[in-house]
Formats: sequence, structure tokens, C-alpha cells
Amino acid sequence: MTEWYDFRDIGNAVGALLDQIRDWGAPDWVPYVAATLIGIVGILLWAVLSVLAFIWIERRVVGLMQNRIGPNRVGPQGLLQPVADAIKLLLKEAITTTNADRYMFWLGPILVFIPTIVVFAPIPFGEEMVLADLNVGVLFLIAIASINTLAVFIAGWSSNNKYALLGAMRTIAMLISYEIIQVLALLGVVLFVGSMRLGDIIGWQLDHDVWLIVLQPVAVLCYIIAGAVEMNRSPMDIAEAESEIVAGYHTEYGGIKFGFFYQAEYLAGFAITAVVVTLYLGGYTLFGLEQWVPGWLIFLGKLYGFFFTYIWFRGTLPRLRIDQLMAFAWKFLLPISILNVLLVGSEVLLWKEAGLESQLAIPLFAVINGAFAVAVVVGWATALGHSAPRHTAHRAILTQEVGAIFYGEAAPRP
Amino acid sequence: MDDAGTVIAFWVLSAATISSAAATAAVRNLIHAVVLLVVSFMGVAGLYITLSADFVAVTQILIYAGAISVLMVFAIVLTPRGERGNAEGFLRLPALLLAGLVAVTLIFVAVDTEWVISDRPGFQETASVIGEALLDRYVLPFEIASVLLLVAMLGAIVLVRPDSAMEDE
Amino acid sequence: MSVGLEHYLVVGAVLFAVGLYLALAKRNFVGVLMGIELMFNAVNLTFVSFSRFAESPNPLDGHVFVIFVITVSAAEAATALALAVLLYRVKDTISVDEIDMLRW
Repeated sequence: MTEWYDFRDIGNAVGALLDQIRDWGAPDWVPYVAATLIGIVGILLWAVLSVLAFIWIERRVVGLMQNRIGPNRVGPQGLLQPVADAIKLLLKEAITTTNADRYMFWLGPILVFIPTIVVFAPIPFGEEMVLADLNVGVLFLIAIASINTLAVFIAGWSSNNKYALLGAMRTIAMLISYEIIQVLALLGVVLFVGSMRLGDIIGWQLDHDVWLIVLQPVAVLCYIIAGAVEMNRSPMDIAEAESEIVAGYHTEYGGIKFGFFYQAEYLAGFAITAVVVTLYLGGYTLFGLEQWVPGWLIFLGKLYGFFFTYIWFRGTLPRLRIDQLMAFAWKFLLPISILNVLLVGSEVLLWKEAGLESQLAIPLFAVINGAFAVAVVVGWATALGHSAPRHTAHRAILTQEVGAIFYGEAAPRP
Repeated sequence: MDDAGTVIAFWVLSAATISSAAATAAVRNLIHAVVLLVVSFMGVAGLYITLSADFVAVTQILIYAGAISVLMVFAIVLTPRGERGNAEGFLRLPALLLAGLVAVTLIFVAVDTEWVISDRPGFQETASVIGEALLDRYVLPFEIASVLLLVAMLGAIVLVRPDSAMEDE
Repeated sequence: MSVGLEHYLVVGAVLFAVGLYLALAKRNFVGVLMGIELMFNAVNLTFVSFSRFAESPNPLDGHVFVIFVITVSAAEAATALALAVLLYRVKDTISVDEIDMLRW
């Protein structure tokens, strides 16, 4: 049914409103502009509310993982902690350091925030709930993410601070290395589907009744890791490692300017997760469940559920060094992604040329790709020399017994 | 193209592009000039979208605003402090004259010629057609471009390697 | 008021002229490079506007040209900036007025 109160598709309510506007005799462009404005305001509201909610959720969950209670003082169970954080950031004095480049200092947080919001435009939240269903949706996502590099540089440079500039340079090196891996990982999806439109990709997954995550394990792995780097989150938060570089490119920012950076980090996380959910996990569909459950509810459920994985990464994994990170990107992930593109290309060629049935082709390719993923990850890691741990664990013995502790060797018998 | 949205978009984007390009020449700080140049790149990308060239627009943003601008700021950071004033050399008046002449000539040619305009509507989907063309008619330039990129990458790496690395060999 | 081919060509011409001024008149090497990139952009805009409006059996060839121009300009920018860094190392300056080792 398409009544306006059918909230399985919020477009119904918006469509009814636009019809009403058209009935009032407004010129042709008013409904169009009104629809765009409603979409923009809706996305902004949802983004900001999600960030507020996830500030609390992340700190509690990470606290639980680290065997402590998270914030629980402000409000019942600490639920008003995000509100307290927001009020603190709003009321703090937003200092502009002397000799800082005033206009670029002011522009830095805005430029970091803009790509993280714009990237939600082509993502389908529901059946007809896309703000801009671009024909080049996948490429648009990557292009908008690449603006982040310039924004980070402007923020770091305009602070007139050595550590900020150093942090910005390191962040840029990280971001551009993992951009290539992102592109190659998403290329596998585009090869299978044959189109760069996000709506078409979800339609393909619905038609073939399979999520692309089972057909592309290598690409998903590469994209999740590259996405974690693009988010500047732990375990790759070299830019803001307080123990190393005093908060990197946003050292000099305080008050609401830091609030922008903070929010942009969470929003980048949501953006990467939304891309993973749309391309690899089926978007707003759930094998036919979207006839009863609203599509956007399924999408948000998957989004938040998958974001838990990133919170899990933050709570468990230690931070990587910058040279480890770069070596990992260039020596490990990039060859794997290229091999994956090679394999996917030949599979798609085989599928089209031999005219295989979808029923036969998809399980076959899933098995082949799964075996390939395991083989290439294990094989390439072994070929690079990382198969066995370098240091064997040893029992610590009392200094009194032998006078010293030997590192890296097995413990000597007393 | 005469629907109101495209016309408004064209005028706004053209004004933004040309004014930020002119400001690139006028500001006194080189990094500001690069940022304004990026604004003009984005304006050109917007103009591509009004021409329904979606793939080219997104490629423009990805490569120009995302990569080449970062190259330029890195080059500025790695070079001396005293020369970041975006000053003009001794050729500025002849250059201004020449640029003005070139502009006048090109504008006159553009406005005065009787172009053969087709009444085709905007393109629907450019990416697949471009892809087929790249691998069908233009496969040789495509392969040469990839070799060129490899050569440029290697060349840039070799050029800026520290001298001590070469003296050791 | 409609927007036709001439409007885009005029925008391209003005951008080209500004790029030409930057390339000829700036003292800093990176300033010259900014002018060159602006000229490339103007040319690309002209290509795309012709591909949109002009009569042709393969209208999207303009877009293919633009992709090649973007690719080559990226390679050229990388090489030019590597040269800039190297030049600073050798000559300790980056002003094009003072790089005159090859002059007679």
C-alpha cells in the first residue's frame, strides 16, 4: 500500500507532502527542491543523532571489553554523557593560536566534516530512499573520501605547529596508500554487478539471492581494513595517538572545532560501514524480509551491527606503527587486491562466455573465492616471512635466580 | 539546455570557477592559492555535471582535488619558506597582455562560429560507453597511458631519492 | 535564458587565459604548475562541452580524451614536482627567475 503513513518507505510520506505542494499550484521546481531539502535535513538529523547515541554506546562497550564500567555518572546509566560532551564542547573557548593561518584554521574542521556527510548522498537507505541515485555511485564514494586528504592537510598546516604538521603528513600517507586498496576492493563488486549504481548493486544481490560478502571474501577483508584506516580509528589512530603525537592534526583545535573533528570521525565510521553494508551485505534487503519490516530499519540494524565490529577492533587490537601500516598496505594488501581483481575478472568472463546458470555459478564462485582467499592470505604471508612468530614465549624467571632475563630465547632451566 | 536548474547551476559554478582561478593569481600566500585552485577544480567538476558527464566529473574530483592538490601542497612544504609569497616575476605585464589577447581571440572564435549543434538530450550513462571505447577503439592509447604512468612514478621516485643511497652503490 | 555551447566555450577560454597568465608570470615553480593545471582543466571543459553539444557519430570520444588528459596531467604533475624538489636541493631556490644554468 502506498498511503502516506506506510512507514516501510518514508518516501510515501514525503511523496504525499510533495503532491500536496504541487496541488497548491507551486511551480515545477518547488517539489524537486523541497524533496532535496527534506532529504538533506533528514540525513543530517539522522547522522547527528547516531553520533550522539554512539558516543555513549562505544564508550560503554569498550569499557566492557576492557573489564571496566564505562561512563555511568551523567544521567541514568550514563545515557546523558553525549549531551554532557556536546555542552562541554560548545561552551569551551575555541582558541585560534597566534600565527596560525586564520582562514584556513577556521576552514579545517568544516572541510573535514563535509565529505563525511556528502558521502551519504548516493547510499540507499530504503527502497526509494536515495538522495542522489548516481550512475557512478561507487566512484563517487571513493572520490569524496579522497577529499579527506586535502582537508587533513589544511587542518594540520594551519595550526602552525610542528606536531600537527607531522601528524597530518602521516595521516595523508596512510590515507592515500589505503585509497588504492579501497578502489581495488570495490572494483571486484563492480565487476560482478556490471554497474556502479548502488541501487543496481543491491538489486543484483536481491535477484541472485546472495550477499556479495560470500563471493568476495578477499575484497571484503581489504575493504574493512582500508576502511578502518580511512576512519582514523584504532588500531590505526596514529593521527590522534595521545601518547605519540599529542593528537596529531587536531592538536590546536579546541571547543566546537574539535567537536567537528570528533563528529567527523564517527561519521566517517558510519560512512564506511554504510558502504560495506550496501555493497557487501545486501543493503536494505534481507532475503525478502523487507516486505514486512521497513527497509531502512534493516539497513540501520545492519549498519549498527557492523559498526560493532569496528568498536570491537578498537577495544581489542593494539595500535599499529606507521611503518607497519604502510608495509602492510603496499606489500600485503595491494598484491592481494590485484590478484583478487584478476580472479574476479576471469570468473565474470567465464560466467558470461560459458553462459553458466546462476544456480551453479554462484556457489562455485563462492567456494573458489573462499579457497582463494584462505590460500592467498596464508600463502603470501608465509612468502613474506610472517608465518611463525619470531619470539617464542618464555616463562619469566626470577632475577635472583639467574641475574637477568633473556628476551627472545627460551627460558634457561635453573 | 534551458531548464532553470541547469542555468542557475551553470552561472553559479562558472562564477565560482573563474573568480577562484583569478584569486589564485591574486592572493599573496601560496597555500591559499592552492586551496583556491582546488575550489576551481571542484567548480569545473560541477560544470561537467551540468553537461551530464558524470564519470568525468567524479574522475576530476578524485584525481585533481584528491591527488594533484596534495602533490602541490607537498611540493610547497618541501621547498623554501622565503618563496611562498606567490609573487609575480618580471614578465607580468607581457603575460597579462598575452593572456588578454588569447582570451579575446578564443572568445571571439567561440561566439562567432556557426557551430553544428545536435539536439541530442543529455547522456544517460557514460561510464559503460567510455569503458567500451577505452578497450575497443582506444586500446593503444590506454596501454601507452598505463606505461606512461609507470614511467612517471618510477621517475619521480628515482629523482627524489637521497644522494647517499646512490653513493653507496 | 538558455545555456548553450558558446557559454561553456567562453568559460573555457577565460580559464585558459588565467592559466596562461599564471604559467608565464609567476615566480614560484609551483605557481607555474598551477597555471598549467588550470590550462588543462580549461581544455578538458572544452572537450566535454563539444562532446555534449556537437554532432558526432561517437559523442563520448570527448570524454575519453578528457580521461587521457587527466591521466597525463597527473603523471606530468608528479614528475614536475619531483623536479621542483630536486631543483631546490641543487640550487637552493625555487624561483624560476634564478634558474638560468642553461641560458647562453
